[in-house]
Formats: sequence, C-alpha cells, structure tokens
Amino acid sequence: MSTDVLDLKEEKKSEALFSKKNRQLLSNPLDSDNPVTVQILGICSALAVTVQMKPAIYMAFGLTFVTAFSNLFISMIRNSIPSRIRIIVQLAVVSLWVILVDELLRAYAFDVSKQLSVFVGLIITNCIVMGRLEAYAMANKPWPSFLDGVGNGLGYSAILLILATVRELFGQGSIMKGTPLEVHPFEAMNLPFTGNGVLMMPAGACILIGLLIWAQRARNGYREEA
Amino acid sequence: MKFLRKTLDKVKPTFSEGGKLSFLQSTFEAIETFLFVPNHTTHGGTHIRDGIDLKRTMITVVLALVPCLVWGIFNVGYQHFLSLGQTGSFFSVQNFLFGLEKVFPIIIVSYVSGLTVEFMFAQIRRHSVNEGFLVTGILIPLIMPPDVPLWMVSMSTIFAVVVGKEIFGGTGMNFLNPALTARVFLFFAYPTKISGDLVWVAEKADGYSGATNLSLASTGGQSAMINTDWQMFMGYEMGSIGETSVLMCLIGAAILIVTGIGSWRIMITAVIGALVMGYILNLVGAGPFAEVEPYKHLLMGGFMFGAVFMATDPVSAAQTQTGKLWYGFFIGIFCVFVRVINPAYPEGMMLAILLMNVFAPLIDYFVIESNKKKRLKRAKI
Repeated sequence: MSTDVLDLKEEKKSEALFSKKNRQLLSNPLDSDNPVTVQILGICSALAVTVQMKPAIYMAFGLTFVTAFSNLFISMIRNSIPSRIRIIVQLAVVSLWVILVDELLRAYAFDVSKQLSVFVGLIITNCIVMGRLEAYAMANKPWPSFLDGVGNGLGYSAILLILATVRELFGQGSIMKGTPLEVHPFEAMNLPFTGNGVLMMPAGACILIGLLIWAQRARNGYREEA
Repeated sequence: MKFLRKTLDKVKPTFSEGGKLSFLQSTFEAIETFLFVPNHTTHGGTHIRDGIDLKRTMITVVLALVPCLVWGIFNVGYQHFLSLGQTGSFFSVQNFLFGLEKVFPIIIVSYVSGLTVEFMFAQIRRHSVNEGFLVTGILIPLIMPPDVPLWMVSMSTIFAVVVGKEIFGGTGMNFLNPALTARVFLFFAYPTKISGDLVWVAEKADGYSGATNLSLASTGGQSAMINTDWQMFMGYEMGSIGETSVLMCLIGAAILIVTGIGSWRIMITAVIGALVMGYILNLVGAGPFAEVEPYKHLLMGGFMFGAVFMATDPVSAAQTQTGKLWYGFFIGIFCVFVRVINPAYPEGMMLAILLMNVFAPLIDYFVIESNKKKRLKRAKI
C-alpha cells in the first residue's frame, strides 16, 4: 500500500524539464545502456551504413529524429491504443516519420539517399525504434519519452560515428569524404597508405563492434550473469 | 648454466607475489621454464602422467614443419633466380641465402608480434604463458607469399592472436585455426598482396609471368599449367613459402602420424574428399577447371600443406574419431568445390578448413548423439 501512495505523490509533483532523472534518460544510452553495444539492437544498419562518415551521419540524424518523435507521439496516444493492435499502430506512426525523413533526403541530399538505399526505409523495423516504443513510450509521459528517444538515437549515433570514422580512415584513407570537411590524413602526412579491405566489408564492421563491446565491458567492469 | 640458474634464482623473489615486479610474473615464469625444466610436482590426488605435454606436442609439429621450411627457403631463392633467367641447381648456396634473406624476417616478425600479444594477455589475465604460439608462429610465415610486406605479417598475426584466439580464452579455446585466421585476414584486407600473379616470386623480374599453377588452371584448365606433375610433387613451383612441396608435406605428415600428434584420419579423408569432388566435377564438366584430373588438385596450391598441418590442428578439428573422418572428408570436398566453382577464390583450402573448423563442434555433436542412440537401442534388447 505504502508504495502506491508514494507513486501517486510522485505523479502529482511536477518535474523539472531537465531533472536528474530526465538527464539520465539522455546520458545513459550513450554508455551504460547503449542501444547498440549493450542492448545489441540495430546492428544490421550499423554494419551497412558505416562505410563512410557522410551517410552514417545522415543515418544517425534520421534515426534520432524518428525515434524521438515516434516516442513522443506514441506516448501521447498511449492510453487510447488497444493493446492487441499496438504494434501495427506503432508501425503506422513510425512509418510517418520515416517517410518524412526519406522524402527530405531525396529532396535535399539525393546522393546520400541513394547510398543509404533501403536502410532509411528499414528504420521502420529498426529494433531500437520498436524497442523504445514498447519498453518506454507505452508506459511513460510524452516529455520523458521524447528525451528517451533522443538519448537512444544519440547512443546509436555515437556508435555509428565511431565505426564510420575507423572504417573510412583505415579503409579508404579519408575522413568525411564528400563533405566540405574532407581530409586525407595519410596523404597529408606523406605516409604510405593501403586500404584495408576487411574494414570495407560488413564483416569487418561486425568485428569492430565486437571490439568496441569488449573495450566498453572492460571499462565498465561488466560480468556475465550466471 | 650455473650462472643462469643463479641469476634466475636471485631475481625470482622480485617477480614472485609481493615482489616489486610481481605484475610481470607470467613473463618471468615463461622465460624460466623456457630455459630450465620446471621443478613443479603434482599437488593433491593422483594424476595420470604422460611425457607428452603441450610443449613436446608443439615442438614435434615444429620439427615436422622443418622440411617444408627448408624447402621453402631454397625455393624462394630458386624462383627468384629463375625469374631472372638463371637456372642453376636447386640446392645452391645462392638460393639458400636469398631465400633466407626473404623468409627469416617474416618468421621473426611473426614470432615477435605474436608472442608480444600472448605475453601481454597472459600478464593481464595472470595466466602462465603457454606454448600455443610456437606452432602458429612458424605456420604463419609458411603460408605467406614470399613478397608479403612485413607490416602486414605483423598486423595479421596480431589480429589472429587477439581475435582468433585470445578473445575466446587463449590456447585450446579457439575454434578457428589461428594461422589461417591470419591468412584469411590478409586475404580479405589486402587481396592484392596475397593473391594474384605478382606476389609469388620475391623481387621477380619485370615481365616474368608470376601466375601459379593453380591460377593458370583456374582460367585455362589442365593444359595451361606450366609445371609437370613431378615438379609440383617435388615443389619446384611458385606459391606460398612453405606449401609448394607435396613431398616435404608428406615427410611432415609421416612425422606427425608416427608420433601420434596429427590425425591420419583427417589427412586421409581430406585426400579422399578432394578426389571424390574432383571426379564429380569431371563428370559435370563445368568449364576447363572442372575437367582437371582429380589427382592434380592434391598437387596444386596449398592442399597438402593444409591437409597435413592446418586441418589436423587438435584444437579446431573435430574431436571424435568418427567426426574426424567426416571433418576431413568435407574439407576435401569444399576445397575443390570452392576452387572450381568460385572463380574469385582460386585457393579453396584455407576457406574450406575455416568453414569446417566452424562446423567441427556440430559434427561432434551428431557423432555423440548417434552413438548415444546406438547404445540405448542395444540396452533395450
């Protein structure tokens, strides 16, 4: 009984927009609750779009946008969704945002849109988006859900950027190719460079993610639960 | 000797627990046991003791590899001078010196980078350093082309030891053959440096065709091969450093089989598998490479070396006796299959062995299950 009362009280109390709890919604997915390296979600697109940094950045923005706004909208209508058809309702909302992102990319960044090809459309079924909707937005208020979506999107973006940087640098010898910030570090320093073919393949990205998870677990002192 | 012993005893407390450099204990132990026979005795209950420990197993394999290595050194020199148009005798000092100059640095780089990683992991994990790398360190140079850049050898060795072995818990825990992991990494990372027609002769003369029999056969079929069967059997051909001579591999195989370290089941069934697949492809006849006589597949490329030294790796091979038969058989099948059917990978042996490495536990599972069923049936009657 006592816990119920406590919960009610907390419901009533209005929370600051960026209270400690809300800030954690943003920061946890970056490290200790990262969607890619801890929850092992969204691996497929993380392997596919990280050959170069430019498409990876677009993809990261796209997914963060979709996750945040899907979370927000689902959270707003969460009490009126019949639980038996909730997945299809979620999919409908997610597709709305994905189509929006897709059309925007086609209109303003056609080359990237072509490079990302099917993977923008596949955000609809991305485990991170679906996972956050099911696990968080369906049970929480709109503002925290929005923050949760942004946080998980950023966590995904962080991994994407790390992978894309390593893969582009050692696979092709450049950084941010195709953007105004394009650099060729090896050429600039007059170092001989041979592109690493493994990194250009999705299999190489998979090994990279594995090494990332290893490093993260070693740092955070992770122990396998028996 | 006494001086060495004394010095070791003197510095021992520094590296033991509580000493200043106790974090380097594994390194010290490794050096000590390398120099002297350890005086450890068995604690606790009764053990079955056998003279053949990890160290002796490993050193036997290294000894079995020596014929291949020596032949490889001569052959690197021989092929180099052949490309310059000088055909001397095979076992000449000139060939040996040139070969040594090319091969020795690769061996050193392979051992130094591999052992550094091994020592680091042993140190961090507080294990003792074990002998697992001794064989891998010599296998890696033998499956590299003579012209391979040294930094690539180092990189692939480190990759193989870390990702192929230490991630899974070190020696004895790896499900892939570490030496082949190194090669497959190079193969996909820097394909131009480990395949094609330019890498098989060290410092070859311009305009000299450097295509191996395998790649010639894969495009032009049997008639395109430049070496006779006898030359390929003896090993007067281009290829990775240690794999050209079938004869030397057979000597190695004899050593491994007599000492009981390599499994004859795997070697024999691998050969049978290759021949069977060769005959099947002969019947189907898909292109000139498919029509190559089956026995030639045993002489070309790294088939024999792989079957004798790689497939029989006791850790990554199937463990059950029946399982070994199937494991070897499928290696033979897939080797020829990949060679002939997939033009992008002329050498199928590496991929075939790695593929079967992955399937070895499954084979063992089925063998054990079927044995269980058989025995249960018998028990009912």
